[in-house]
Amino acid sequence: MREVVITGIGATTPLGGTAQETWRAALRGESGMRPLPPEWAARYELPVTFAALAKVDPADVLPVPTLRKLDRGAQFAMIAARQAWDDAGAPDVPPERLAAVVGSGIGGVCTMLDAWDTVRERGARRVLPLTIPMLMPNSAAATISVEFGAKAGAHAPVSACASGAEAVVLATRMIREGRADTAIAGGAEAPVHPMPLASFAKMQALSLRNDSPSTASRPYCATRDGFVMAEGAGMLVLETADSAQARGVRIYARVAGVGSTADAYGVAPPDPSGSGQLAAMREALGDAGMAGSDIVHVNAHATATPAGDTIEARAIHAALSDDCAEATRALVSATKSMTGHLLGAAGAVETILTALALAERVAPPTTNIQELDPEVALTVVRDTPAALPADGRIAALNNAFGFGGHNMAIVLASA
Amino acid sequence: MALDKSEVLAGLTEIIVDETGLPAESVAPGKSFVDDLDVDSLSMMTIVTLAEDKFSVRIPDEAVKDLTTVGEAVEYIVAAEAPH
Repeated sequence: MREVVITGIGATTPLGGTAQETWRAALRGESGMRPLPPEWAARYELPVTFAALAKVDPADVLPVPTLRKLDRGAQFAMIAARQAWDDAGAPDVPPERLAAVVGSGIGGVCTMLDAWDTVRERGARRVLPLTIPMLMPNSAAATISVEFGAKAGAHAPVSACASGAEAVVLATRMIREGRADTAIAGGAEAPVHPMPLASFAKMQALSLRNDSPSTASRPYCATRDGFVMAEGAGMLVLETADSAQARGVRIYARVAGVGSTADAYGVAPPDPSGSGQLAAMREALGDAGMAGSDIVHVNAHATATPAGDTIEARAIHAALSDDCAEATRALVSATKSMTGHLLGAAGAVETILTALALAERVAPPTTNIQELDPEVALTVVRDTPAALPADGRIAALNNAFGFGGHNMAIVLASA
Repeated sequence: MALDKSEVLAGLTEIIVDETGLPAESVAPGKSFVDDLDVDSLSMMTIVTLAEDKFSVRIPDEAVKDLTTVGEAVEYIVAAEAPH
C-alpha cells in the first residue's frame, strides 16, 4: 500500500493567519475569542455576544475581485490552500494526478442568508449571479480545484464538524488507491451570523459565558457549558512518501491510519455509548498496524459540550488502553479551548496541530480547565505544553465527530 | 434628471475594476467586454446587476447581449429611464 505523508500545511484561524502562527499561539495558550457586533444581541436577543473570529480578515489578504466571487469560507480555504501549496514547495504534479478535497459543515450559509435578505428587501433582480456557486457546499473544493488545476477529483465531504477530517481521510484513501498522487485537503467554515448562532444556542450547544469569553471554551472542565463558534480554514498537502522523498521536501508527519464510522443513532446527539467513535479509533489504529499503547498524544474532538466530552473521553480511554483499566500514557490536548470550534474546518486544523505536535515533539495545552471533570480518565495536558518522547518514532491520534454521528479518526506518525 | 455620461463611465469603471481586477486605465468606452476585458457571461450579469443598483436604472436581460463595449453600456444607462 502506498504510504501517504503530509508535506504542506496552511491555516487561517482565530489564533493566527498561518498554520505556524496558529501553532505558536496555541503553545502559548492564547485565546481566539472576540466580541460579536453588539447590535446582534440588542436587535435579535442573541444570547451569545462573542465568537472565535479569524485573527486575519480575508479582506487583508485577497484582492477585491477574488473576495467578491467567493463566500467567506472559500476565501479562508483559498488563503490556507495557497499557504499549504507553497509550504510543500509547489510540487510539479500533473493535473490528472492532483486532487482537491475540501470539506465544509454548512457551506456558504452567510452568502445564502444575505442573498435572501436581498430578495426579500430589494427584489430578485438585485441578486448577484454567482450566489449559487458561492453558497454551494462544494464551493471551496471547486475553487481549490480550479486554482491549482486539480483534475484527479474535487470532493467536498459534508459531515458537519467531521468534514475537515473526512477530507483528510478521503484524500488519504484516494492516494493509497492510486486515484491521485498528491492532494490538497482540508476544511473551511464561515458560520458567524446571527442565524447559525441562534440555532446552535437553541440546541444549548454554545457557551454563554459572555462575561468571560477567553475562558468560555472549557473542554474537559467540570463547569463546561458548550462550544464557542469559530471560523477559518486548515489545508494540507498530502502526497506519497515516495514522491516526497524524491522531491527532498520536509515531511511533517505520516498518515499512518484512518478510520471512519457512523453512529446511526441520531441527527444531532452522539451515541452515548461512544461505540461508533471507538470503532473509528480502532479502525484507524488497525489501519496503522498499531496498538492503542503506541499512541503518545491525542488531539481530541472535545468541543466543551457537557455530554460530548465525556463520551469521547471514555471512547479514547477504551481505544488506547486496549480495554485495560489503567490510564493511558497518551497526552491528550483539546485545542478548541483556544481556537474555538471551527466546525467543518476543525478536523483539518487539528490534523495540522497534531502533525506539528509530532514534528516538534510537544503537546499543546488545554486551557481553561478550572476543575478537571472526574469522568475524564485521561492524562490531559493543561495550561502549558508538555514534552512528547524525544526519541524514536511516535504516533498520535486526531478525532473529529459531527452532528449526524459522523466519526473520523486519524493516526499520524512522526516522519 | 439625466445621468451625466462621464459620471456613468467613472462609476461603471469602478464596478468593472472590482469585478475583473484590471487597472482602471484599461477600461475605456471603446473596450469590448469579452475581447478586451475578458468578461464572461456571469461576470457581465454581475456588472449589469451592480450597475442597475448604482445608477437606479433597469437593464433588461435581453438588452445585455447588445452591450458589447463599455461605451455602449454607458450610452444605455444614460438613456435608460430611472424608475419612479
